[in-house]
Amino acid sequence: MRFFPATEPIACLASPVAPGLLSKREMMMTATPDDGQRAGTAVDAAHSPFLPRLRPRGAVWLTAPAVLVLLVALAYPLGIVVWRSFSDPAIGIDNYVWFFQSAVNRTVLQRTFVVAAWVTLACLICAYPYAYAMTIVGRNMRLALILCVLVPFWLSGVVRTLAWVILLQDSGVINSILRGIGLSPVKLIRTLPGVVIGMTQVLLPFMILPIYSVMKGIDTRLLQAARSLGARPWKAFLQIYVPLSLPGVYAGAIIVFILSLGFYITPALLGGPRSILLSSLVQNQVLSLLNWGRGGAMGVVLLVATFVLLAIAAPLMRQKHTSSRREA
Amino acid sequence: MPVSQRSAGAAIEIRKASKRYGRFTALNDIDLHIRPGEFMTLLGPSGSGKTTTLNLIAGFTDITSGVLEIGGKSVTGLPSHKRNIGVVFQHYALFPHMTVGKNVAYPLTLRGIKGDERDKRVHRALDMVKMADFAHRYPSELSGGQQQRVALARALVFDPPLLLMDEPLGALDKKLREWLQLEIKRIHRELGTTFVYVTHDQEEALVLSDRIAVFNGGRIEQIGTGRELYDSPATLFVGRFIGESTILRGTAEISGGDTVMTIGGQKVLAHGHLAGDARPVILLRPERLALKRTGADIVSGENRLAGTVVEAIYLGSGSKYEIRLADGTTAVVRSPLGSADFAIGDTVDVTFLPSDLILLPDDASADVTLT
Repeated sequence: MRFFPATEPIACLASPVAPGLLSKREMMMTATPDDGQRAGTAVDAAHSPFLPRLRPRGAVWLTAPAVLVLLVALAYPLGIVVWRSFSDPAIGIDNYVWFFQSAVNRTVLQRTFVVAAWVTLACLICAYPYAYAMTIVGRNMRLALILCVLVPFWLSGVVRTLAWVILLQDSGVINSILRGIGLSPVKLIRTLPGVVIGMTQVLLPFMILPIYSVMKGIDTRLLQAARSLGARPWKAFLQIYVPLSLPGVYAGAIIVFILSLGFYITPALLGGPRSILLSSLVQNQVLSLLNWGRGGAMGVVLLVATFVLLAIAAPLMRQKHTSSRREA
Repeated sequence: MPVSQRSAGAAIEIRKASKRYGRFTALNDIDLHIRPGEFMTLLGPSGSGKTTTLNLIAGFTDITSGVLEIGGKSVTGLPSHKRNIGVVFQHYALFPHMTVGKNVAYPLTLRGIKGDERDKRVHRALDMVKMADFAHRYPSELSGGQQQRVALARALVFDPPLLLMDEPLGALDKKLREWLQLEIKRIHRELGTTFVYVTHDQEEALVLSDRIAVFNGGRIEQIGTGRELYDSPATLFVGRFIGESTILRGTAEISGGDTVMTIGGQKVLAHGHLAGDARPVILLRPERLALKRTGADIVSGENRLAGTVVEAIYLGSGSKYEIRLADGTTAVVRSPLGSADFAIGDTVDVTFLPSDLILLPDDASADVTLT
């Protein structure tokens, strides 16, 4: 599976480096002019019969520590969750039947996906111009912009969410300002828009970083070439720059979407009873009702739904110019 | 529309054009007239203003002052996408997310040309650069030379009256470069488009161009055919930049309208003299010099400078010698096949007629700029 690191929300949450890694790989798929100049030798090397022998044997063992951690901390508990969903309290698919028969569950599942989609869209709208700005400003300004992206990583998610509570609550900063300039206050806390706002802020770096790392590899001289061929500046941007930046957009969108699906703290603190997401339902089943079977079933449904979505999205994301290279 | 019936090339008229970036003057008051259908090369070392001139014509930057006309119309303030000029870049600049065919079709799509007409023209352009079989490949699958041929097709597919090339072969190896030079020459002959070509390689300029404009320090030193630049350079810089040369410096006196230079104690006669009080130097082309045994075969009126052979190279088509003269300068001599052989250490006379030397005003900056 191409996006294996991204398919597991926990792995991504645990490591903020994940988007960087992913986007670096994406970036390599976007050919820069330097790549172009070396393309001849690269192709030759790929066809060289000697190349495989040069690869040291046993390199696969370098992954052993990571594989071990994944097996112990991920595969084993996941296996237990799946097993319990089919066996607790009795063997069978009772837990799944319960899940899909409950209108509340179906609504929450749907809401979880809708919120994830909104968060992804909001992140994209904020991140794309921000990442582009990062590529065109001077060095010091770029450092400042990167710092703005990274500082939230250094704060705990709970603290950030509580800050949003202060901002969004009925007597909070935003509504005070609205009242101050004579506008009517808006209900933000314990509503879906409030949840989306908070999640967007928390997840924004996961969108900005992959897009930026792809954008900084784009050769802007291509835009000059497009203009010499007769393209207006905005047309050159849309037809040349945007397509070349898409690998970063796809990578960021997938990370943000999948992280959103499993988000717990922010929706729990900012949301209300009418904006509960699936993670809160799981928490309720497992920790409050001690019903591991039903909680597990919900988790499995979320996981499977995520895989299905990825399978649908995968062909979209495959870059044409790289896939054809693989076929060649 | 067959290739040969395309519209003729555009003329370019540059008058008193300057380009300044803040305090830095990239181009200083240049005049350049390029005829329709001409192959004009802008030649010069890096930073001499040749690429700035190309960027001005392309519309990537605007002139600070002066006049720039293409096809008889002023293009000042006209953005590059409205100038209808083909541009080929040193870095190819093919769009990596489009196939070769889509790359070449791109300027046609922008001009609203669709369907069969577009396909036909794309195929014809790719055929012209012998890349028709690669239409479905992506740029990353092509070698540098192939990519540049595609870039050439893309820059010509919309029949621009003017094609600009910025060191297009700079990133390629020598063999490929020589072959592509001939291809570019052939395409220029077939199309009748005006070509403006930027290079720092004087050999390339001689192979390709109808005329060459030699740039130095933001100015044009001389404009002329390769032969004119080689045989009668206007400045020491041009003489040194085009072809091999030996420069002789000494004390000069003018007697009877001619110049007599004393170089390391030996006198050299040059016909005529420089106007004004410029310090003259003598420029010698290696194939105009002959080597003779010291004191042998004296021809009346010839100049002779004694020296020692310090390097002898057999070239197949002849030999090349480096001679250390009495004043310490090294003269480069090219002897044709069949002339006498000399060995390192031989004492010889370097001989040449007054009509074989070029008398130029000295210019210390010519030495500095070349290094």
